[in-house]
Amino acid sequence: MTETRATAEAARRPAPEDPARPAGPLPPLRPRRARPPRRGRRQGAGPFLLLAPFLLLFTAFGVFPLVAAAWTSFHRVELTAPGRAEWVGLRNYTRLLDDGFFWKALLNTLTIGVLATVPQLLLALGVAHLLHARLRGRQFFRVVALAPYATSVAAATLVFALFFGRDHGMANWALGVVGLDPVDWQNGPWASRFAVASIVVWRWTGYNALIYLAALGTVPRELYEAAALDGASRWRQFLHVTLPGIRPALGFTALVSTIGAVQLFGEPLLYASGAGASGGANHQFQTLGLYLYEQGWVNLHLGRAAAIAWAMLLILVAALGLARLIRKAAA
Amino acid sequence: MGAYGLLVLFGAVSLLPLLWTAVAASRTTTRLAATPPPFRFGRNLPRNLEIAWTEAGLGEALANTALVAGAVALGTVVCSTLAGFAFAKLRFRFKGPLLLLVAGTMLIPPQLGVVPLYLLVARLRWTDELQAVILPSLVSAFGVFFMRQHLRRALPSELLEAARVDGAGLGRTLWHVVLPAARPAMAVLAMLSFVAAWNDFFWPVLALTQTGNPTVQVALTGLGRGHVPDQSVVMAGALLGTLPLLVVLALFGRHIVGGVMRGAVKG
Repeated sequence: MTETRATAEAARRPAPEDPARPAGPLPPLRPRRARPPRRGRRQGAGPFLLLAPFLLLFTAFGVFPLVAAAWTSFHRVELTAPGRAEWVGLRNYTRLLDDGFFWKALLNTLTIGVLATVPQLLLALGVAHLLHARLRGRQFFRVVALAPYATSVAAATLVFALFFGRDHGMANWALGVVGLDPVDWQNGPWASRFAVASIVVWRWTGYNALIYLAALGTVPRELYEAAALDGASRWRQFLHVTLPGIRPALGFTALVSTIGAVQLFGEPLLYASGAGASGGANHQFQTLGLYLYEQGWVNLHLGRAAAIAWAMLLILVAALGLARLIRKAAA
Repeated sequence: MGAYGLLVLFGAVSLLPLLWTAVAASRTTTRLAATPPPFRFGRNLPRNLEIAWTEAGLGEALANTALVAGAVALGTVVCSTLAGFAFAKLRFRFKGPLLLLVAGTMLIPPQLGVVPLYLLVARLRWTDELQAVILPSLVSAFGVFFMRQHLRRALPSELLEAARVDGAGLGRTLWHVVLPAARPAMAVLAMLSFVAAWNDFFWPVLALTQTGNPTVQVALTGLGRGHVPDQSVVMAGALLGTLPLLVVLALFGRHIVGGVMRGAVKG
């Protein structure tokens, strides 16, 4: 339809606004008949030629591992002999159900996830609101907001580990200055989870704020004017105009940070030097991602690691399904 | 406290850990362990940087990381632009289902793939080789979508039709029509991929070891685990690993902000 019209038009007007056109006389148009007939308006092998690099890599490194992970999770595969696999059925999964460390890692992932995600998104909303106002130097603050995002997990975690040091850390020194007792940020079960979560909050708040900021720009000003005319306070405008207006961005950031929370790995791995994959002496901040690493690459059970990976996906799907249900019930 | 004060507070909280990394890197470990902790710069920065650079091998790691991030940025941009153009403007068999498959994989945690990926890399004898980190990172469903969205708007179908009427083949059309239209989005995607690849942690830690071709993140893992017990050297390493990206951010901040604000997610 549109395509045929465009063709006819393009044939009448010799190539409008083609930036690539070399200066000089136009080459003769090919007669329409000379073009090979196109089957069903599809374009032969060309599209697949363009897709080939992506599709090859996507198949090898994107799709194949997903499928193979399921296969591996039903086998006993050791890191020492990765070529040998022995069928064990559901044993890798049933073992997880009996495994106290798995449940502990699941609980830690949930608590650290909530401690990291909720403040992160609320703070980001506030920062976006501030950045939305016409303030001097807001471009500067936008770039500053991305500085933590540009800092790697490893670098950020090492600094925060020093900051939260038990004996000489700055956090405890500051507590002492205001007359409070020092906190054991490494071994305290809640203190350590809070500290790990704070690294996530620091790294991602500015990033989320920028996404909200982009969404704020799309809310029509007239809506605020209409609300103001109706006598709505600033707070009610925020609740009834701003929040509904940026709903897609809210959903997007909630989705992305939930996925991120389920995968949490680098922060708990590096938070306490020497603790490594166990996530603290008492596994108090070992997440599922870290537990997967411990099973696969420390204890050398790759089959069990694959089962943990699948459990993580199921948990993620369940969390997203639950969020959907809650949203439906609230609507 | 006004809005401006709150923004300054937010900016300070964002920057202070970075600034303090530099302070800690300029001191000695003994001074770091004293109370109160140091707030001003000391004189040990050159020494600590030198130890991190040579003894802890961060110089080599930085070179590896630059190579990886550069290759990933270039490869991702090329693959995503070609595929994004095909998805945006061409008609072909299985287009809908393929696009859906690509979108679906964005939701799946990378952890799910790492065990088979590791087995694959081990079979190819690529452990400790940089291609083990580069090749899987070129698969960017996000990149394909990003380019597709951009090209749908930025590339009028009339233009492509005109090029075809003029007898331009696929190659010439790509070079003379698609590429100029795609360039701004390609630049943003390149920067985002570069940052993501530079900071990538989970897969590199599995695929590379601290002795064979580490990226800077892998090398920092070794430092943090106390292979070099000197905390001020660890901080110097953290500084070295972060500084290049902060420079990139300072130079291209405006464009990276623009990219993120268009809803960018990767890694």
